[in-house]
Amino acid sequence: MDRKVRVLVAKPGLDGHDRGAKIIARALRDSGYEVIYTGIRQTPDMIAEAALQEDVDVVGLSILSGAHMALVPRVIEKLKELGMEDVVVLVGGIIPDEDVQALLEMGVAGVFGPGTLTPEIVETIEKALGRQPV
Amino acid sequence: MTDIDLNTVEGLTTALEKGNRRALARVISHIENNTDLAMPLLAALYPRSGKAHIIGVTGAPGTGKSTLVNALAGVYRQQGLTVGIIAIDPTSPFSGGALLGDRVRMRDLAGDPGVFIRSMATRGSLGGLAQATADVIMVLDAAGFDRIIIETVGVGQSEVEIASAAYTTVVVEAPGLGDEVQAIKAGILEIADIFAVNKADREGVDRTVMALKMMLNLGAPEKFQIMHHGRMLPVHLPDLEHLPEGWTPPVLKTIATSGEGTEALFDAIENHRLYLEQSGGRILRDRLRAATELRMILRDYLLEELLARTDANVLEALVEAVARRELDPYTAVRQLVHENND
Repeated sequence: MDRKVRVLVAKPGLDGHDRGAKIIARALRDSGYEVIYTGIRQTPDMIAEAALQEDVDVVGLSILSGAHMALVPRVIEKLKELGMEDVVVLVGGIIPDEDVQALLEMGVAGVFGPGTLTPEIVETIEKALGRQPV
Repeated sequence: MTDIDLNTVEGLTTALEKGNRRALARVISHIENNTDLAMPLLAALYPRSGKAHIIGVTGAPGTGKSTLVNALAGVYRQQGLTVGIIAIDPTSPFSGGALLGDRVRMRDLAGDPGVFIRSMATRGSLGGLAQATADVIMVLDAAGFDRIIIETVGVGQSEVEIASAAYTTVVVEAPGLGDEVQAIKAGILEIADIFAVNKADREGVDRTVMALKMMLNLGAPEKFQIMHHGRMLPVHLPDLEHLPEGWTPPVLKTIATSGEGTEALFDAIENHRLYLEQSGGRILRDRLRAATELRMILRDYLLEELLARTDANVLEALVEAVARRELDPYTAVRQLVHENND
């Protein structure tokens, strides 16, 4: 496999709890992805610009602050503005059930709560990219 | 933006020339993934490169390289120069994945259109990494960045190879990383044009600086103190007045987190750039690099060509014979080459 899948893991918003994001970043690396970790307190502009420079296939957003309904659409919009509408967007964190559907309708490919196992995330990524699961 | 076709060589290079960052990012991906467009893209962009000054920053993990690159790029931006950054981290040999975390320390540079940061994984390719890095440097160069900074993890041989792609190599050290003298590997001393002792607010910084200066045999005082089995010993150095003229690597103290010393580092890099230009060193380095590059590409090309023409079964049989010690590998190689050329 020559072509490596590149994933940006970012934490938008103001909460500083990055343990989950770091665990996911490591798990995805161990699944064979090239993971670009950007750290906490990222604005939607910063995330979209990093996604562009790194030419990633996937953007994973970790949000624990409850601001997902405000932050996710702004990231998606910024990505579109930069011509990155094909990028697969995933959301992880504590997301109430009623918001999950809304996020999926916005174009998010998967929403993952606490305790999600890595294979589930990998499967979502591979499916969204139209690849055969490894 | 949508009216440019970013799927063709023509579209990509035209957009790249106009400063389209998406195009730049796509071109780098093509090269990293060695797609069908990689070769024609390199061919189209190569003539436009050669203007940037290329700076390598290397050192052991934990010395604060990323933070220093962040601060240094900030100084360059204040001077009105644009900066392309390539941050290289190792690929995991087990999963083939990589965790590229240098951007965390470079957040000050976010949102600045004069900065472009690309994280690269080593992807396990031995000699190939140096070539892929050189190619990506060339792309950033062709895209018009004034300075290109390559940050590498200073473990193993790769940083020496990558340093050959840089005009100025900054080796970053930090106090308190174990025995100062032992921590400084032989190869790294030879590639350093400038030393930055980062985290200079920490204890032991002067010892690290002194250890470096001693190893460099700088124009030092006659009497020197070194640590030997925990005791200070006086050492007499030979007369160093008449060293041959050339560049003497300066040893600088920096505190990347506060930016202290980064302007001096900037000055040292720019002085080294001028030194290379005035002494003819830059032309020399360019020629050396071209020679190495050509040989490396030739070697890879010939290998690929030969293997493509070789029957997989024949190769397999030879491998088996060598493994069983029925044939030595040198004879096996000769057989392979001659069979294919007869």
